[in-house]
Amino acid sequence: MAIEGTHIVQAAAFLGAGLSMGLGAIGPGVGEGLAAAKACEAIGKNPMEAGLLTRTMLVGQAVSESTGIYALVIALLLLFVV
Amino acid sequence: MTDDIQVWVKVAAFIGGGMAMGFGALGAAIGEGYTAAKANEAIARNPQISGDLFKTMLIGQAIAESASIFALVIAMILLFTDFAAESYVMVSVLLAAGLSMGLGAIGSGVGSGFPAGEACTGIARQPAMNGRLTTNMLIGSAVCQTPAIFALVTSFILLFTNFSDRPVSPTWAAILGAGFASGFGAIGSGLGGGLVAQASCEGIARQPLSATPVTNVMLLGQAVTQTTAIYGLLISFILMFKGFAPSQSIAESMALLGAGLCMGIGAIGPGIGEGFTAQSAVKWISRNQSATASLTRSMLVGQAVAESTGIYALVISLVLIFVI
Repeated sequence: MAIEGTHIVQAAAFLGAGLSMGLGAIGPGVGEGLAAAKACEAIGKNPMEAGLLTRTMLVGQAVSESTGIYALVIALLLLFVV
Repeated sequence: MTDDIQVWVKVAAFIGGGMAMGFGALGAAIGEGYTAAKANEAIARNPQISGDLFKTMLIGQAIAESASIFALVIAMILLFTDFAAESYVMVSVLLAAGLSMGLGAIGSGVGSGFPAGEACTGIARQPAMNGRLTTNMLIGSAVCQTPAIFALVTSFILLFTNFSDRPVSPTWAAILGAGFASGFGAIGSGLGGGLVAQASCEGIARQPLSATPVTNVMLLGQAVTQTTAIYGLLISFILMFKGFAPSQSIAESMALLGAGLCMGIGAIGPGIGEGFTAQSAVKWISRNQSATASLTRSMLVGQAVAESTGIYALVISLVLIFVI
């Protein structure tokens, strides 16, 4: 099996894309889950404010989602551009 | 040449067996230790019912143990079976079978320990709820075991399917990727499902009247938490059963290995995060039953958002398998 330089570079890009998205999904997944957990706690304590709390939760989750999206962008760049 | 393959297949079987049992022992030991600690605490609080508490502790530990027993079975099969050595693919099949079951047992082992411990605390606090708490613990821990069972299914399929007629490259990488996808993919869901069941046992003991909505929302939350493990299983099935054309390029193999790693590792975070969300929702439904509807709604919305990164990982895996 002849292994050429371009194949190795391509192989590294594919493996890197998988690792980027895989590892990159851990943080946002846990973080967004914690944000939603605290929102549920707050709604349990004060159900009158459910709408406001859900809105705040979604904004907070969107911000913590951003690192997951960075990982996705890097993975797509590694797959299709580099 | 056949002798060579024979040697490497044996090496892979022994390493695979070691990894299956080594990783597989991690989770159950932690989970059962947590249960025993909570049971001791409970007996100190209410020594009159120490017999009941001891029984509950043992039942809970037995369930947490099952993930580890699956790993023992796979390790035994790997150690004592004479595998046909027709192709080098067998090397990666045996490694993947061990990795899948070993890694897959971690989450369920730890997770099943949580409801068992909390059930002991709950029975000490509300001895009258013994029956309901034990039932709830059994349902919750059983659901926690499903990711370990997914990993077991993957290992069995790997061990009892004949892959020797497939081209060595890239099949070796696809098989290894399948092991990682279902093994790593089971960690988050097992742990997350345990957190949910823990909160429900605590909630039923605190407010017995809320038992029905608490159990229902526990099952709903656990079901959502399991989804990332199902993604892992899906990717590992695709990697095992999609026939790949022979390829001399290492890039093809790494794309398939990357797909398995991506989905497996990517499933850990959302699984744990969704578990935290449902844990908190169940906890507060038991304290404030009138808010059940809005809590369930927020839980599902929050879990859906946390799921998104798992879906990104699924998309990248599918692109690596089908597009590249």
